[in-house]
This record gives sequence, structure tokens and C-alpha cells, in this order.
Amino acid sequence: MTTAAATAGERTAKAKPATMAQALGRALRDSMAEDPSVHVLGEDVGTLGGVFRITDGLAKEFGDERCTDTPLAEAGILGAAVGMAMYGLRPVVEMQFDAFAYPAFEQLISHVAKMRNRTGGAMPLPITVRVPYGGGIGGVEHHSDSSEAYYMATPGLHVVTPATVEDAYGLLRASIASDDPVVFLEPKRLYWSKADWSPQHPTAVEPIGRAVVRRPGRSATLITYGPSLPVCMEAAQAAVEEGWDLEVVDLRSLVPFDDESVTASVRRTGRAVVVHESTGFGGPGGEIAARITERCFHYLEAPVLRVAGFDIPYPPPMQERHHLPGVDRVLDAVARLQWEADN
Amino acid sequence: MTVQELPGAAAYRPTPPPAWKPLTDPAPLLPDPEPYRVLGTDAVADADPELLLRLYAELVRGRRYNAQATALTKQGRLAVYPSSTGQEACEIAAALVLEERDWLFPSYRDTLAAVARGLDPVEALTLLRGDRHTGYDPREHRIAPLCTPLATQLPHAVGLAHAARLKGDDVVALAMVGDGGTSEGDFHEALNFAAVWRAPVVFLVQNNGFAISVPLAKQTAAPSLAHKAVGYGMPGRLVDGNDAAAVHQVLSEAVARARSGGGPTLVEAVTYRMDAHTNADDATRYRGDSEVEAWRDHDPVQLLERELTGRGLLDDDGVEEARAAAERMAAALRERMNADPVLDPMDLFAHVYAEQTAQLREQAARLREELDAESDRHGTDDGGTAR
Repeated sequence: MTTAAATAGERTAKAKPATMAQALGRALRDSMAEDPSVHVLGEDVGTLGGVFRITDGLAKEFGDERCTDTPLAEAGILGAAVGMAMYGLRPVVEMQFDAFAYPAFEQLISHVAKMRNRTGGAMPLPITVRVPYGGGIGGVEHHSDSSEAYYMATPGLHVVTPATVEDAYGLLRASIASDDPVVFLEPKRLYWSKADWSPQHPTAVEPIGRAVVRRPGRSATLITYGPSLPVCMEAAQAAVEEGWDLEVVDLRSLVPFDDESVTASVRRTGRAVVVHESTGFGGPGGEIAARITERCFHYLEAPVLRVAGFDIPYPPPMQERHHLPGVDRVLDAVARLQWEADN
Repeated sequence: MTVQELPGAAAYRPTPPPAWKPLTDPAPLLPDPEPYRVLGTDAVADADPELLLRLYAELVRGRRYNAQATALTKQGRLAVYPSSTGQEACEIAAALVLEERDWLFPSYRDTLAAVARGLDPVEALTLLRGDRHTGYDPREHRIAPLCTPLATQLPHAVGLAHAARLKGDDVVALAMVGDGGTSEGDFHEALNFAAVWRAPVVFLVQNNGFAISVPLAKQTAAPSLAHKAVGYGMPGRLVDGNDAAAVHQVLSEAVARARSGGGPTLVEAVTYRMDAHTNADDATRYRGDSEVEAWRDHDPVQLLERELTGRGLLDDDGVEEARAAAERMAAALRERMNADPVLDPMDLFAHVYAEQTAQLREQAARLREELDAESDRHGTDDGGTAR
């Protein structure tokens, strides 16, 4: 579309507010409309439209052979998806909740992640595994895990997680289009976050694997992803009063990891805090901090700090606010960076 | 305490819940109490002599293949070999009932089925030699990679068969698993998915008596493994796994049923593993000689040979011819396996992702440097590619 009227039309469409959940649903719909080999399967994805309504309307539009309610069995769902991909389909699997994905771990790790490698490149598996993850929605036990470290530790998987409405659409489109398996982590407490967004807008989908600077700054870099991005943006805003100008980097993709963007930012600011709600010990922050130290040691004014969830099983919902890293905890870490620099 | 003994039971008349009715009549799904047999029975009259002779030639070759591969482990040419000696009838029948467009999903013990389906005998052994995980293109041969985790390939077979049917192809998937594998969760999930989706899949359980050392009685309390089928709503069939003609017939019927849209079947073939679990196992710790000897009298190759010679379909020359062909196969396999495979260490990084990540590119460069330094030190230019 090249006419001015069309451009104006796109701008009008762009002005509409949309939720992340809607953008994800739209990405599934557009992928299915574009490519008949894309199939959605999982528990409750059909008639109900998923417990978070991400797949709402897909069964109606594409039929229950393209959007299939499966028996309740995560290993079976993912295992069947492996066979479907072996026959040339492009399955998108929904795991409903983070901790419900664990029965499918063997399929994910022993087969999904390795099939390309073990067949010498002959049999890639273009599977997208959608996992709603993380806390902050008052879910009871087994509904709030942040399991990204498990996936990150498995070669052969891409691990991505959007933090904005626009990225939810773009990253999911890119994941479904990828010839490699992608674990697509959906920050469920951002499902209802809104932004002005037009499904017509992101015509060019960026390849996965690139971080983005959400807020430029000079005092220190907050490195984060998914559900912790809004926390970091709020912290950066609050930090202005303290005279700190924080840069916020949204990783978007944990595997592949964008060393270039992270390194460039930390070398500019000389200070870094990694923020995520997953546990700190053995968590993603340890890997990220180590990478930064290896690449930026001589640029650092202070040790790389982590602000993470406590090293505890995910707490009951009435206690989760104590566990989840909030703005204050991020600002405290930034203050410690200052202290380290002054002494 | 029975219902009648409960206080007030006389006044209590249970009614079924309003919406409840059985989904399926279980009777036709139940297996026969005895394993089905053809050889040595009246049923053999219906068997095609040409098929029997083909089965025989393949059985003799298969027996020799198992012996040769086992010998190669002793020479250090194979890291490990799980022999299927004693189970050849299942292996061969599984391969022969499939059309070219069909798919085979073998477990780690089913090298022979893959070879009988036409896979290069050396390509079939790369996993066990240790040079490659899968030495062939699964799509080219329609043979999934030999699967080491137990029963995890069964849901793949279901998904593939389901996908083929969605695309309108009359493709059948045959998935092989052992008796131990039937205890795994993936066995249950695969059978359940297959039945609900009416996927064109045949599950072949080779009940060879032991999961490494654990006997069937400690594996299951079911009347037979074939009985498990009824719980999923598919037919279960029990067959003598050493009777090649019977296994072929039962699997043929199951494949035909799947192809015509009739859904999956669970076939239990009762057989026996004559060798240990692998060359690394000591079978004398968990079973006695008398048990093994009893099964030797029910050997699959001998059963068929006796039937064929008894019916005048095979004479001494024919037996000799089959053995000579098997010997030629073994000699060729031996010779090819005695050559060191040429490996490129850079392949380690080549097939992790479609496009190498920056991190993998860095690591590949480091390995390249190490290999160059190594070849400088040794004054060779093989780049460390020799085994």
C-alpha cells in the first residue's frame, strides 16, 4: 500500500488499544491463515479458546483439525507434535501453565531439542511450544513458575519471551516461522497489558535473537525480559528523582543470547543489574552476569548485581508480592552500584 | 463389607448417573487367551508359500546379522549391541508388512527391522558404533531414528500418522516397543492419543520376557500386555512372536485396518531374548539355563525351516542358499565396519540450529584452533578427523 489514504488508514488502525493476549491470538490466526501447515494443539485450545483465551476463535475459523483439543497429557501433546513436524506440519503447542509443562520435559529435551542434531540436519522440527509463565496473577501452587533456566540449559531450543504487545505479535510470528523449535514464554501477568497497536503495523517480523534498548540512559543498565520489563521501566522512571539515568535493555530472546547489545550497553554505562523473577541461584541472571563480566570487566565500575526471586519454591499467592522483585528492590540494587563505585 | 451389609442398604437402590453410558463395547477389543499361531497348525494352509520363503531368507539373514554385530562389539567396532536374536520373526515381519510410504518407529533393539526394511546395514549401526546418532535421513527411508529413551517414539508415530491422515495420505506408522516400555507414561499417552484420534498406527510390543533383568511378572499385573488395549478403546492382539507367519498375518491385518480408517491396534508378540540385554549385561544373574533351553526349542528360524521343509517348499540346497546369502551379507558388513569412519569434528556445531548462534560460532572457532594446533604438533594434516 503506497497511497496516502492507505497510510492514513494504517495510522487509524494503529491507534486502537490491544492487549498482549489479543496480539498473541492475532499472531496465531495470521500464521494459520498464511501457512496451512500451521496447526495449533493443546488442552482446551479449541471450543474454550484456551484458559487465557489466546486461541479464541481459531477452531471456529480453521476447524478442529487445525486447532485441536487434545487429551490432557503434555508429553503426548508434545510427542504427537514431534511426529506431526516429522511429516511436514508446523505445530504450535500450548502448555496451559508453566508447571504443567514438566511432564513434557523428556519429549522437549530428548527429542524436540535434539532431532535436527541427531539426524545430522536431515530432520529439523519447526515446533513452537507456548508456555504461559511467571507469577503475579494470584495463581495457586504450580501456576506461577518461571522455568526459563531449564529451557535455556538445553542446546537446540530457542527461548524467547515478549514484554510488549507488539513483540508478542512479532516474536510469535517469527517463532512459528522458525525452522527450529522455540519455547515461547508468555508472561501471563502481562496478558492484559495494553498498547496502541495495529495488527497491520508489524508487517516485517524481526528475526528472533535481538535485544532492544527500551530506555536509553547513562548511569547503569538494567537488563531484563518478560514480566520484569514494566518493573524496570518504572524503576528507571523513579530513579530520575535520585539523579540516576538508567538504561533498560529488554532481552526478548534468552537463546540465542544477544551478547552484542548487552555488551554495548554495559560498556557505555559501566554498571549493570540483571532483573528477573525466576530464582537467582542457577537462574538466568547468573549466566548473564558471567557473560557481562567476561566481556566488560575493564569497563565495570561495580560488580554486576542480580535482582531475582528468592531461592524458594514459588510462594502461595497471598505471599507472592514478597517474592517478586519490585521497583524498590531494583532501586536498592542500583544504590548498591553507586556505593560500590564511590568506595 | 458389601453393599448389603451396610446399614439401610435394603432401602438403597443405586441408579446410574444420568449421562453415563459405556463408550465402547469392550468384548471385540479383548485379545484371545492364547497367542495366535500359524506354523504347525491348520491355519498354515492359507499362508502364501512365496511369503513364507521370503520370511525364511530374511530370518536367516537377520540371525546372521545379530551374530555379526555381536562379534563386532567384541572387536571394539561397536560400542554396544542389543541383540534381537530369538526375536527375528518380530523384526522381519514388522519391516515386511509396511508399504514404502509407511513409517517405521524402531526402538534401540530394532536395528534388524530397519535393515530388513532396506536401510544400509552400516548406516543402521552408526548409533551403536558411536560415530553418529542417526546415520541416515529418516525421511528418505521413512524410518525414525532408533530411539533409546523408552516408548518416547510412540507419540511421534501417532503424530506422524495423524498428520499423514490430515494431509489425505494413506500412510500407516508402525511403532515398536519392548515389554518394559509398556510401563512408561509415553506408552499410555501414545495409545490414548492414537485411539481418540483414530490414528493409523500399529503398536508392536515385543514381549521378550525381561526389561534388562526385570521379568514380566514384576513389570505388570495385567493378564497380558495385549489386554491393555481395551482400556484405550482399541483391539489388542496376542501372537506367538516366534512364529513369523503369525506375526506377519496379525500385523498385516492391523496395518490394513489402520489404512482403511479403522484406527490403531496393539499387538503383543510373545517372544524371548536369547542373548543378554546387550553385550554389557550378564543374563545368568537373572535367568536359568533351562528357561533359555526351553525357548531354544521354539526358535523362530527353526520353526519356519521345519514347516517349509516338511511341506516340501525348501530342501537342503535352499537352506544352504539362504545361509550362503547371509554369510555374504555378514562378510560385507564386517569388511565395511573394519574401516575407520571419517569424522569432521566441526560437524559438532553444524546441526544444533538452522543458523549458528554467535556463541556457537565462537566455540566452533575455538575448536578449529585446537584442531589446527593439534595437527601442527603431530605434523599431520588430518585436522583430527580420524577416529
